[in-house]
Order: sequence, then structure tokens, then C-alpha cells
Amino acid sequence: MFGFSRAQSIAFVLMVALIALCPFVLYPVFLMRVLTAALFACSFNLMIGYVGLLSFGQAAFFGMGSYVAAWTMKAWHVDASIAIAVGGLTGAALGLVLGFLAIRRSGIYFAMITLALAQMVYFFCLEAPFTGGEDGIQQVPRGHLFGFLDLSNDMTMYWVTAGVFLAGFLLVHRIIHSPFGQVLKGIRENEPRATSLGYRTDDYKLIAFVLSCTIAGIAGGTKALVFGIATLTDVHSSTSGEIVLTTLLGGLGTVFGPAVGALVVTSMENYLAQFGAWVTVTQGVIFMVCVLAFRRGIVGEIASYLKISL
Amino acid sequence: MIMIFGIPGPLLFGQLLLGLINGAFYAMLSLGLAVIFGMLNIINFAHGALFMMGAFVSWILLNYLGIGYFPALILSPLLVGIFGIVLEKTVISRLYKLDHLYGLLLTFGLSLVIEGLFRNAYGSSGMPYRIPDMLSGATNLGFMYMPNYRGWVVLAALTVCIATWAIIEKTSLGATLRAATENAPMVQAFGVNVPRLITLTYAGGVALAAFAGVLAAPIYSVNPNMGSNFINTVFAVVVIGGMGSIMGSIVTGFGLGVVEGLTKVFYPQASATVVFLVMVIVLLVRPRGLFGKAA
Repeated sequence: MFGFSRAQSIAFVLMVALIALCPFVLYPVFLMRVLTAALFACSFNLMIGYVGLLSFGQAAFFGMGSYVAAWTMKAWHVDASIAIAVGGLTGAALGLVLGFLAIRRSGIYFAMITLALAQMVYFFCLEAPFTGGEDGIQQVPRGHLFGFLDLSNDMTMYWVTAGVFLAGFLLVHRIIHSPFGQVLKGIRENEPRATSLGYRTDDYKLIAFVLSCTIAGIAGGTKALVFGIATLTDVHSSTSGEIVLTTLLGGLGTVFGPAVGALVVTSMENYLAQFGAWVTVTQGVIFMVCVLAFRRGIVGEIASYLKISL
Repeated sequence: MIMIFGIPGPLLFGQLLLGLINGAFYAMLSLGLAVIFGMLNIINFAHGALFMMGAFVSWILLNYLGIGYFPALILSPLLVGIFGIVLEKTVISRLYKLDHLYGLLLTFGLSLVIEGLFRNAYGSSGMPYRIPDMLSGATNLGFMYMPNYRGWVVLAALTVCIATWAIIEKTSLGATLRAATENAPMVQAFGVNVPRLITLTYAGGVALAAFAGVLAAPIYSVNPNMGSNFINTVFAVVVIGGMGSIMGSIVTGFGLGVVEGLTKVFYPQASATVVFLVMVIVLLVRPRGLFGKAA
């Protein structure tokens, strides 16, 4: 099922076990931050790892998903499932429009275009009345899931977040291992050849981009519910950079890399927060070390050492 | 008072001048990016951070060593250029055989390090840099009062841009450079030290950013974020212009600055996003950019 290899199945079972055990040892709100970051990183990994397109504006979809989910929840007190779904739909809609523009170029131009488009979304959020400007949308209620699960309890919220993460994780894995995913990898390796085989590569790239943005939006919506807040930080380009770092550190194009990267980067932020701008410096240094010496990332290096694919 | 399209003349010209100044910075920064990209095949994401560094170096020269604005205009690009040489020799040169994206990621990390270090040392609030006495005050142009320093910035930026264009398009050094951009192994076979040419190109592009930084120091306060505020817009400028032509970068930079200035007069709400909207239109109509070569 899901096209897991044996090693991947073991790693998956290990990950599920960790997700199940950790909240009894560690602070659940911290873990929820890791899980939403991991889902967000999975969405980014889908583009860079399997289509070969580096989206430097992923925060736009995460942030807009977060804003719209928070707004829907606060204004209409809908069911949590609807708020999260609205977040995903927002990401998808925005992804369709911006993706249509961005896939006209590839390589570094794609990165610059997504960055610039995300900056436009940032300015929009800064000015638009519904986002609350600098204050953001605060005190968003967590509400109930399916009408009966009270999410104001941290543990209940944790299980829901874990469920959303696992669903998104498996969805990404399923996409990659479907015939559609094989075509994506073909496009990454040799786009002119894929075109000559009769694939409309632009359509494939756009669909992959929209899927990626949907997952980013879902991650954003979930994050808004967990923390009860949606702010400009969520759409800021530094968030985009952070998710690039997360995925790079974990391992571009690996299945478990984004999750491992999210755990490391989030913990680092958590424990280094008191040192102010040193967090930025550390992140920058990790970026450089990864690119210079460690391009496969943590999971990629482990996998290559064990000669398996993770 | 002169009225133009129902707008008071001085307001219109004032915003046009502000637009030209922003355009001057767009032009200098996108020019450096284009020159570096042509030769090194990487997008120098650290360009904004090096622009900021140029401003900071001039501030440091003034406040610690008492070296004034005009010497700093030479010294700061020189120092940042040397820093660029060190960067290119130690880290960036390791990436030429890899995918372009790694260059982008590395220089992005570099910009985080530089900005973080300056933020630690000087905090995030800006520090003022006084306009040199010689350039303070304003001149009456008849239709508006022009602050002398702003006129100087436009003039200096234009001079430097044209000089860069002339060096690349009209000198034999520039011819070698262009040839190496087209086919590096062949140029190397003719006995040109291509790796050194690459290093110097990077240093030159970086020095251009630092020069822009010194010019910007008296206008914007000197602060660690001044580069990242600019660089996202500069990337949009690069996409709009395409990186194929030097003159194209200059024209696009100044042009978009003016467009931004005019938007501030006629529809201020859109002034922050207008460059990005232009980018959207260009992507729809001419994806390779106004001056870009066909893919």
C-alpha cells in the first residue's frame, strides 16, 4: 500500500510510534508546531524534490490558508474540519492563479517569480482589512471537530493535528508513486523528452503546484487553529526561507526528510529563541553547510549510508 | 501652480524624483545581478545583504574612523568587493558544477548570516547617516525644489550604470568577459585566466551593490533590513527585464522606479505592488522578459 518499500515501511511505523508516544513526554503544543511545519515542508518537497522546481514563495499559500481559516473560524464558528478545508481550498485557488504565472519560467526564474508573487501576497495581507494588518487575526477559537470533539483540549487537538499530518504525508507519498508522479519525475529529469513523448508538461507542473499549495494551505489552516492566531509572519518571505531550510536539512526529494528537518529546525528555533538574531545566523550557517558539504540532507545521508531509499 | 492631469505639478515631480531614486537603486542592483549571473550562472541572493553591508561600512568608516562620505563612496565598494573576492574564492566557486539552485540556496544562507550578524551588533532600528554638507540643501528648478542629494544620487547612479555598460560593451576587457560568458572553455584555451575573471566579475557586481548602499545610506536609515526590503522588488525587476542585456537592466530599473513613483501619485494603495503587477503582465505577454533572450 502507498508504494512503501520495506525500509520505508519500517521508518513509517517508527514515525507513527514516535508521534503516538511523544505527547506523553514532550509539550504537545511544541509537537503540533513540528507537525504543521512538517506538513508544510512536505508540500514544498513535492515541488522541489519531484518536479525540480524551487518555490521560494511557499509561505504565501501557507499564510493565506492560515488567514482564511482563522477568519472563517472566528467569524462563523464553523466546524474545525471546515476551517481546515477552507484553508486548503484557499491554498489551491491561490496556487492555481500564481502557479499559472510562475510555471511559464523554470529554474532560478521560477524561484524569483514565486518569491516576487509571494511578496505581492504579503503586501496584500498588510493592506487588506480582513487580515487585521500588523495585529493579525487573534484569539481564533479552536472549536469542535465533527461537532463532538472539543479541540480546546491540547491532547485532542494534538491527535487531530497528527491525523492531518499523516493524511497529508500519505497523500504526498501516494502522488509521488502514482503514474502521475512518475511523469513528474520524468519532467524533472528531462523536460524536452517528456514533451516529445506527448505529455503536456505545463499541465503536469501546474497540477503538482496546485496540489503542493493545497497541502501548504491545509498546514496553514491547521496552524491557525492550533495557535489561535494568523499573522503577517505566516506570509512573510522569511517563512518561505525557513521551509526551504527545513526541507534541505532533512533531505530534498526524500520521503521522511521534511519531517526530520521540521523536528530539527523547530527545536532549534525553540531553544535558541532567547539568543535573538543568532537564530538567523545559525540558520544561515546551516544553509551554507548543507549546500557545501551535506547536499543529501540528514535523511538522504542516512539512506545513502544504509544503501536504501527513505 | 501648474496642474498636470489634475495633480499639482510639484507633487507630481516630487514623486517622479523619488521614483527615479528608487529606480536608480533597482538599476544598480539588477545590473550587478545580471553581470554576476551572466558569468557565474548563479543568482546572488546575498546581493541585498551586500548592499546593506555597503551602507554599514560607510557608517562605520564615518563613526569609528572619521572617514567622510566621498572617500567612503570609493572605500566601501572596495572593501565589500574584497569581501566578495574572499566569498567567491572560499565558498561560491565550489558550486559551479552543480545545479543553479544550489548557488541560490548558498547565497540565501549567506544573506541570513550577514544580516543576522549586523542585527546582533547594531540592532534592528536604523542609524542616521548625515547628508554631506556639500550636497545638503535644495535647488529651485523653476517647476519644483529638488533636494541636492537626491539629484546627486540619480546622477551618480546613472554615471556608474553607463560606465559599467561601457566597460562591458565597449572595452576589450568587456569583450573577453562577454566571450567567457558565451563559452568559457574556449576563452580559457586562448590563454585567459577565466577563474580570475569570474572572481573579479563577482567582486565587481558586489562592489556595485555596495556603491548603491553608500548612496542609499543618507536617504534610508542604515539598518540591517534595508537590503532585504529592496531585494524582493529587485528580483521582480530582473524577471521583468530578463537578464540578457546590460542596458536592458538599466532601462528596466529606472523605468520601474518611475512607474512606482507615478503610481504613488495616482493610486497610492497600489504603489507597493505595482512592480509585481507589471511582472505578472510581462509573464503573461512576454515570459522571457522585456530584454531577455529566447529560452
